[in-house]
Amino acid sequence: MLIVNSDIAQSIRGYGARDYPNETCGAMLGCDGAEGREVRALFPLTNRRDDSPRNRFSITAEDFRAAERAAREQGLELVGWYHSHPDHPARPSEYDREHAWPWYSYVIVSVASGEACDMTSWQLSDDRSAFQTEEIAWAIPPGTIKR
Amino acid sequence: MAIRLEIPTALRQFAGKQASVEFNATTVGEALQQLTGTYADLRKHLYTEDGRIRSFVNIYLNDEDIRYLQKENTPTKDGDTISIVPSIAGGAKI
Ligand SMILES: [Zn+2]
Repeated sequence: MLIVNSDIAQSIRGYGARDYPNETCGAMLGCDGAEGREVRALFPLTNRRDDSPRNRFSITAEDFRAAERAAREQGLELVGWYHSHPDHPARPSEYDREHAWPWYSYVIVSVASGEACDMTSWQLSDDRSAFQTEEIAWAIPPGTIKR
Repeated sequence: MAIRLEIPTALRQFAGKQASVEFNATTVGEALQQLTGTYADLRKHLYTEDGRIRSFVNIYLNDEDIRYLQKENTPTKDGDTISIVPSIAGGAKI
């Protein structure tokens, strides 16, 4: 279970729309708790795939280290990655699976004609054979007062 | 010669939940072989089926990418640290 509050979800959608028609990408910082894995903050990164940014994204080892540092500074852990699928459904491609790491949550937001729509989360199976759906629990941001 | 090998969070579940392990090795390749020999489940995440290090797996010897050293033949010495650093890639289409 991945717990995402509406502020975080809006930010991911916003980055997806902003970077359309290119793929957006970044790290998700959070923690694993009894209820599930909670995303507390995002760490947007530059898509390094200059050659085909519309259907690929790439995060370098240096970016990875920067994201881990950011997580540590905030007392959080690097728990996953988000990226967008411009004009493609929010399902992982074969390319996504081949390049995935286990354990992380992979959030995909579909951006159709510049507008962010479906958002899903996935985890690689331990034997690398498939991506499995990770249910998203939509939470209310902390400190938000319901009226 | 004792070499420390740092395991990224995503792979610790396959290495007895440890953040780092120590091996005796004279090259980076030898240390990695010790690692995957001890923790066999790590192998498919680090190597392709034909035995090459996966493109999104980066191996650093004391902060230097071994691609710019002598790759897996890079010699190691006592007290060295080898880190496995992920890079992340994906995309919408095959
Ligand atoms: Zn993708």
